[in-house]
Amino acid sequence: MSTPPPESAFALGGTTFGSRLILGTGGVTSPAMLEKVIRASGAELVTVALRRIDSTATMGGGMLEVLARCGVRLLPNTAGCRTATEAVTVAHLAREAFETPWIKLEVIGDERTLLPDAVELLSAAERLVADGFTVLPYTTDDPVLARRLADAGCAAVMPAGAPIGSGLGIGNPHHLRLLRQSVEVPVILDAGIGTASDAALAMELGCDAVLLASAVTRAVDPVRMATAMRHAVEAGRLAAGAGRIARRFHALASTPDEGRPEL
Amino acid sequence: MELTVNGVERRLPGEVTLADLVAQLTGESRGVAVAVNGEVVPRTGWPARALRDGDRVEVLTAAQGG
Repeated sequence: MSTPPPESAFALGGTTFGSRLILGTGGVTSPAMLEKVIRASGAELVTVALRRIDSTATMGGGMLEVLARCGVRLLPNTAGCRTATEAVTVAHLAREAFETPWIKLEVIGDERTLLPDAVELLSAAERLVADGFTVLPYTTDDPVLARRLADAGCAAVMPAGAPIGSGLGIGNPHHLRLLRQSVEVPVILDAGIGTASDAALAMELGCDAVLLASAVTRAVDPVRMATAMRHAVEAGRLAAGAGRIARRFHALASTPDEGRPEL
Repeated sequence: MELTVNGVERRLPGEVTLADLVAQLTGESRGVAVAVNGEVVPRTGWPARALRDGDRVEVLTAAQGG
């Protein structure tokens, strides 16, 4: 019997990761908390935003030291950008600051849902691919848009399960299945995860990885939830590969009737 | 010379380069990126970039998010 590939090995942008859980840092309150949740999650790829050096979001500095100490790869984002031009500029600033061409591309189109602006997103993706970036776009669960982003040269597509920070889970599982079939690049469920079962479902639906932040950082016990997410992603991946049983309308006895005594 | 630095107006005397301004704000240069009037200025260009009256400077670094 040949040895199956490791369940967790995950190739993205020419790099292989041991973990399929990508940790967002939105909502962490201190570098010390960040270090604890990274270690508990087992994540090897961690997002970082770019903000004014005197803003409270920098937590007084120390983030980069924590990320270096944990040995994780940085995934800078363009969070908060509203236009392609703004996002492209922030991506270039992030490349300057963090010396990586990887970018989580976010171009927000609506204040209340924080869903992406498809037109601006695709435009920004095309420009950043041309500029040599490894582009990981935050997108919707629209399979057609996902294909357009993949065709533009994005290294993965990252559909939302539900709006950012909503914790509503995966609103349209069927769209995710369709999306998974519409592209060959990795599909990373990004946004909407509320608890461990949501992350497991994303993996069962065929996603290659899960990116989450709020579900961990805003949990009552972030370290415990980070541990739960680590197991959920691994369990979902295993289950996806294991071949689940068919759904049945009626019961099918698991214990054989044959050999039952007459009493 | 009056500048806007991270959204706050600052008055600086004499000639100041971008490298001087960044050094006033932080001891770090790694993990820092700068835009002047909306344009990215690579780190290698900071010493030669003389700031001018009215420039809008953004000095950015790692923050939680994403």
